[in-house]
Order: sequence, then structure tokens, then C-alpha cells
Amino acid sequence: MEPLIVSSSPHVYSKDTTARIMLDVVLALLPAAAAGVYFFGGRAALIMVISVLSAVMTEAIVQKLMKKPVTISDWSAVVTGLMLAFNLPPTVPLWLPVVGSAIAIALVKQAFGGLGHNFMNPALAARAILLAAWPVYMTTWADPIRGAASGMASTNWSVSGATDAVSSATPLAILKGLEGTEEQLPPLWSIIVGGTRGCLGETSDLALLIGAAYLLWRRVISWRIPVSFIGTVALLTWILGPQGLFTGNAIYHIFSGGLMLGAFYMATDYSSSPVTPKGQIIMGIGCGIITSIIRLYGGYPEGVTYSILLMNVATPLIDRFTMPRIYGEVRADV
Amino acid sequence: MGLKVFGFKGGVHPPHRKEGTQDKAVERMQAPKLVYIHLQQHTGAPCEPLVKPGDRVKLGQKIGQPKGFVGAPVHASVSGVVKEIKQMPHPAMGEGLAVIIENDGMDEPDESIIPRDMESMDAEELRNLILEAGIVGMGGAAFPTHVKLSPPKDKKIDLVILNGAECEPYLTADHRLMVENPQDIVEGLKVIMKVLGVERGYIAIEDNKPDAIRAMADAAKSVSGVEVVKLKTRYPQGAEKQLIYALTGRQVPSGGLPMDVGVVVNNVGTAAAIARAIKTGMPLIERIVTVTGGGVAQPKNLLVRIGTPFKDVIDACGGLVGQPAKVISGGPMMGIAQYTLDVPVIKGTSGILVLTKQEAETPEPGPCIRCGRCVEACPMGLMPLFISAYALKGDYDNSERLHAMDCIECGCCSYICPAKRPLVQSVRTAKRVITERRKRAAAN
Repeated sequence: MEPLIVSSSPHVYSKDTTARIMLDVVLALLPAAAAGVYFFGGRAALIMVISVLSAVMTEAIVQKLMKKPVTISDWSAVVTGLMLAFNLPPTVPLWLPVVGSAIAIALVKQAFGGLGHNFMNPALAARAILLAAWPVYMTTWADPIRGAASGMASTNWSVSGATDAVSSATPLAILKGLEGTEEQLPPLWSIIVGGTRGCLGETSDLALLIGAAYLLWRRVISWRIPVSFIGTVALLTWILGPQGLFTGNAIYHIFSGGLMLGAFYMATDYSSSPVTPKGQIIMGIGCGIITSIIRLYGGYPEGVTYSILLMNVATPLIDRFTMPRIYGEVRADV
Repeated sequence: MGLKVFGFKGGVHPPHRKEGTQDKAVERMQAPKLVYIHLQQHTGAPCEPLVKPGDRVKLGQKIGQPKGFVGAPVHASVSGVVKEIKQMPHPAMGEGLAVIIENDGMDEPDESIIPRDMESMDAEELRNLILEAGIVGMGGAAFPTHVKLSPPKDKKIDLVILNGAECEPYLTADHRLMVENPQDIVEGLKVIMKVLGVERGYIAIEDNKPDAIRAMADAAKSVSGVEVVKLKTRYPQGAEKQLIYALTGRQVPSGGLPMDVGVVVNNVGTAAAIARAIKTGMPLIERIVTVTGGGVAQPKNLLVRIGTPFKDVIDACGGLVGQPAKVISGGPMMGIAQYTLDVPVIKGTSGILVLTKQEAETPEPGPCIRCGRCVEACPMGLMPLFISAYALKGDYDNSERLHAMDCIECGCCSYICPAKRPLVQSVRTAKRVITERRKRAAAN
């Protein structure tokens, strides 16, 4: 008889794997990816493919160089690449996603120990760096080829290149009344269904919500971060309205910009968000407060990225102070 | 069954895999040629042998005497001649001293075997009988029952819970016992209640065993103070602390015992063993073992003599199918992997699980992705990922600070982990080191 396997219990394992979770995130992002291509054309698809390929290749190269096992089959680099593409305007030059993915994977993820060790969301950190390094590329918004905003500005933007694009305002910029944004707000339905200016993955809330429902159903994410995040933004933008207390357009705020993408897909990144249930709610509320403050009072029209990054670095502290009460805990003070 | 059930926090839903044996009536296995009776069958100190090689022993004769209060005697499970007393593989401890008896096939009972009547015995006599019958927890931990039934004076016990949850996958020994012998269980419960002077008793069963719930409810119908409670099927519902919380909302304090919250928990098998020991006078010399898994030809629930080697038990179930990859004593969540089939059945052996290569797949661990599933699954409210990370670094102080010692080792964290990390395994290591340190500190 061959020797029996002797190992410590348990002897059975659930079917869930890291790769399956990452694949689920990719699947959940597909409706929004399709919406991006539908509203912004083939160039959006090109940016996504380039971004994903460079993320996967960067991961493989870095792991090879560091003589570590190459783990690109766990789908996590695909997720990062896709998330980064979602956070880019559809008009960026094609080398930008390559640089962005390299930053996300090499600098933010692998340099800190790889999967599970990044202290910030890699795609968002890369986006913030790109925004600082190439602000013009990162804030040049083109009209979509379809949808409510497609005829709003007389932009002659073509799929072939970014050079034709002109800087035009996103709904959030209009909402904020930034200079040179005397345009009308696009109708709410177009914000929800898609077809307004913005990053290529955030255009359709509907598509993002379909994917989010899938992630919740698969229990890849819990409701805690997204609901507390979006709820806080809704509450604050309603209370702190432009014409005094309780005059804000909360509905418009929560469906505009990157909130849905950020709340369901970015703030829920496992490595950079709390593991405790209470901590996750604190994370969501914190993101909501910072997003609202930036949107209402800050220099930028949008604050989702910075709010998540700031809460990312607070995550170890939050985990520490929200340790769950254990069964039968005997408190020293009782 | 109108009792409010609290449930418990966390837990997992492993596949039940009970189909193979849950409808199979318990069969009595023929006693083997040789039995190997371990002198340590329980938590506590091992027994001193009362026999020597060459002695003739009778069925039910006491052959090992415990050295301390926490211990239980062991008895001959066959009549015959003592061949040897030597170190043998032990299903829970690697190795231990065992009395080897050659069965003469006569089953000639010892003179001490006298049927008794529980009604005519007082609490002290019953407790002593339970001790002398060598009764220990039949759920797997094998804690001496008479110790559980001797709470200190200052602990007021108001509730006895019989654990019929059987939440481990594959196992059906308790299930069949409840379906086939509910009367014994109820009688045993009455004895336990009498010994403790308690008016209230619950028999708790998971809702995936409706036939057992029906049978038990029927048997307990006319007994005052006894109630059958249906529990949601979720692992580890049968863990003592989770069971107590589910039924009473009381939490056993960290580092404490169920008696600290006025509860004593016993397995349904233990209750039945008590009832039979009184009725027949025969001490604990056999138990029901679920023999199952893909590596067994005919999975069965077998009534097996204590000391029967696993090999013989498996042969009584049609033998092995192909090459076994892993043999487990107990269930797949908390059971112990065996290195040989020569290991014998002890009082706590609830199941023999033979897993094929396919079933026994041990996945490669990957890095922790901090998904938090282990935190959600931990029924004790711990954070396994952090305790484990510290333990793997050898930082046991921090493991202890994060309540490593409260881990009940149910294995939910390792089961649910998508990265297949050795969570409970490393927490177990931490617990061992911390216990050693505390012992050393206490000795100094």
C-alpha cells in the first residue's frame, strides 16, 4: 500500500479559489466594458486590451526578474488592467495605459509583495499618478459616439486618435458650475444608461450595477462598503446643496462620475480595504465624506479616486480598531 | 418545539455527503480475532493496566484503571487471553500503550455485569456507575462523562443539552442511533438530569435529519422537561459553545466551561451508552462507527467492539476500493488523518473515512488576498488571517493577543479560504506553543 496522506484537518475545502474570485470580477466588469465600447467606439476596446495586456506582461516580467513564481493565471493582473482602462478617458494616447499598467503592477502591487499586499488599489494609484503626470490627457473628455451627449458639443472626435478631441465638460463639472461649463446638464436617464462624457468604464451605471449584482450574488463583495459609500454621498450632497441646506441634487450626484465604479469595484478591493464588518462600513462612510467634500468644495469636480486612496492607507488602522467582539469575550473592565 | 433558537455567528456549509450511510440501519460487526484496547481512550491521564500477558479476561472485565479524577476505566471488549501489552498506533495520539486480547469467541460476560434499575438508584450511585462503566464523550473528544457530571458546588446547573447535531459531513452514527434507539437516548438524558438535579433537557438536532427529529420527539413526548429542538444545518452547529449559544443565548466565557453558564452538554451517543450501561450492566465496550468515503466498497454504520483495528472494520464493509489516499478517524472537518490501518477503534471514534485520491486533494496554498471570508466564517468571532500570519512568523505573543486560545479548531477558516491557506493549522501550532509557555511560566 502506498503511504497514506497525513495532514492536519480540515480535509475538505470549498470550491472557491482566488482565481475564481478574480475571474468573477472580470465577468462582472464585462457589461460595463461592452457599454464603454458601445458609447465610445472601438478605441475604448483598444485601450482596454492594451491596458490588460500590459498589466499581465508587467506582472510576468517583474515576477521573472524577482525569481518568483509567475502567477498571471490567477486573473488578478487582468482585473487591475481592466480597472485602470475603466478609469481613463477614451481619448488618451495608446501608450498611456501601458505606462499606467506598469505603474499599477510593478510599483503599487509587486514592489509591496504582490497579490494581497498592495496597500492601495493599484489601478487607482496608477490613475492618480497619471493624472499628476499627464493632466491634459487625463482630463480631456470627448463626446461619446452614441447617447444623449453625442451631439452636445460640436466635437469632431474620431476613433483613430485623440488629437481631434476638445476639452469639454463632464456632468460633474457642469453640476459644479466650473468655468466654461455653461452647458446644460444631460438628462438623468442618460447618466444612468450611459452616453455622457467621462472615463470609458464609468459611463453606464446600469451596466456597472448589473455587474455589481452579480458580485453580490456570488458573495465576492458585500453590501457594506458600496452601500455606506453611496449612501454617505447621497446624504451629504443633498444636505449641502448649492442653494442652502437640503437643496442638493443627490440623485444626480450618485449616478455621475466614478461613484458606482468606485464604490462597487474599487473601494471593495480586498487588499486595501478592511476585513472587519464594522471597518468596511467605516471605509464606506469615510470614502463618502471625502468624495462629497472634494466634489462640493475641492478643486476637482470628482473625488472618488482620492477618497478611496486616502481610506486605503487608513485601512490597517481601521482593522486594528474594529476587531470584532469575540464569543465569550471577558472584558477587563467588567 | 416552540423554543426560540438563536443560531450562531459565522459557520460554513460544506457538502453533507451523508447519503451513503444515512439510511442504512446499524449492523453489528462480528468481533475480530484480536482487539487492541488502548489504555488511554479519553482526555486526561492514561490508565494503569490491571491485567498481564497470559491472563484470561471476560467480556466487560475492567482491564485498566485511571490514575486521576479526569479519566475513565477501560474494559475488555471480548473474552479471551491477554497476549501482550505494548505500544500501538493510536488514532488521536500517534502511539500509546494497548492491551492486546485474543478473542476466544465465547463472549463470556464478567461476574460484575449486573443489570440495574435507574429508578432505584440515587444520583451518587448513578454517577459512580457512569464512571465504572468507562463512559466518555462519544462525539469525538472523549472527555470522561462523570467529570462533566460533577460540577463544583458553586456552579448552578439548570440545563442539560444532548448534542444530536452531528454537523460533521459524512458522519451518520448519531443520526442512526437517534432513528433506531431514541428510547435509550431519552433514558440516558433522564439519568444525566437526575445526577445533576436539573429539570430541563434539550435534545438538539440539525434540520437535515427530519426522521431523527421525528423519532426523538416521539420518544421524548411524555417526558416532562425534555424538549427536542430543531437547529438550522450549518457547520459547526454541534460545537459545544455554538450549541449553547444557539439554544440559550448564553456565551461560555473565554477560557471557561459550559458549567460556567449553567449548562452541561453531552452527545446523544453518550446518553445512550449511559442508559445501556445501567440496563444491561455492560460497560462501554462497543460503539457505532460510520465507515464511509469513496475508498470503501460498502459504506455502513457498524456497531464495533472497542479495540477493533480499522483494517478489520473496513474489511467488514467490503474492503477498500482501489488505493486509499487518506484515512481519517472522525469527520473531514476535525478528524485526524491516520498513517496506518492498524490503528484500532477507541471510544471516541465516530467515523472511519477512507478518501480516494480525488477526494483527498490537498490544494497548494497561495497568498492571502484579505478577502475576509475567514473572519466572516469564524464562529468564535476571531480574525484567523491575522492570528495565522503572526503564528507563521513565530510571533506567538501577537497570536495570543488576538485570542488564538479561543479558537475551537473547527476548521471553518481553512475550509472557506479561497487561497487555501493553512489557517486553522497554524493557529493550532500557536495554541500549542502558547500552552507550553503558560505551563512553563506556571512551573517557574
